[in-house]
Amino acid sequence: MSEDVSERLHAMLARIPYAQFLGVRAELAGDEMTLIMPFAERLVGNIKLPALHGGVVGAFMEMTALAQLSISVGLARQARPIDVTVEYLRSGRPVTSYARAQIKRVGRRVANVHVEAWQEARARPIAALHGHFTLKPVEPSTD
Amino acid sequence: MTNPTPSQIDLSQQKLDTSPLSHALGFQTVAMEPSVATLKAPYKPEMVGDPDTGVIAGGVVTALLDHASGQSIFAAVGQPLSMATLDLRIDYMRAAEPGLDIYARAHCYKLTHSIAFVRAVAYDRSVDDPVATAQAAFMLNTGEPLAMPAAVPESGK
Repeated sequence: MSEDVSERLHAMLARIPYAQFLGVRAELAGDEMTLIMPFAERLVGNIKLPALHGGVVGAFMEMTALAQLSISVGLARQARPIDVTVEYLRSGRPVTSYARAQIKRVGRRVANVHVEAWQEARARPIAALHGHFTLKPVEPSTD
Repeated sequence: MTNPTPSQIDLSQQKLDTSPLSHALGFQTVAMEPSVATLKAPYKPEMVGDPDTGVIAGGVVTALLDHASGQSIFAAVGQPLSMATLDLRIDYMRAAEPGLDIYARAHCYKLTHSIAFVRAVAYDRSVDDPVATAQAAFMLNTGEPLAMPAAVPESGK
């Protein structure tokens, strides 16, 4: 069962060109998914520090939310972002980043998701995201 | 704050080119006006977020809006400086049309000593039909401007 979910998740990420550009992969432990983004030069925004580009950190967390939704509510419901708010807490250093998403609510058409990203220590997050995502209704919509 | 002179605006293009991400995604600065920057992300296969439709990933729009916002601050300050994004809110209005280049127009509408406030819009065909809009706040590192080329001509020197 979980093997199956894991395979579907890997297949989904492998098919998304932008996920490949970011270089992300997923690890699944029970129902907890962690998205992992190894450092790569192309992800840098500020070469002096150096620091990950803010847009990359945002995109990484958005991808985490979408991946978590795909395993929790199913790919068939085609989650799409409506809005996201990203808070930057620390500069993203040139090391591997991790992110986990918590689905706060799944409604008939909208899901609310919170994501946190960290590097060396989970207790020291580098950024947080909360966002709303549209979902395709389970049954054919009548409205 | 003084408005940037054309020579100072050129520096922003140089700064843009030093970001490996914008280089990897092919971001180009197409216009710099006082406090306003317009950037273009040419459509590329690696930007796709939905392989079934060819629609680019929301994350590409995120990166472009963030980058354009930073450039608008250079345009407002008149020179490149180091900054950190505090927060970024993005509303996704519609899917970008597959195959079209994406533009982002960012306006730094308020600058304090240490903070910049920016609004930005991403679009493909027309700025009046946005793909996404953004609102962001940045912390400025005004104490240490980025190293600039030694001689910035004040006038046509």
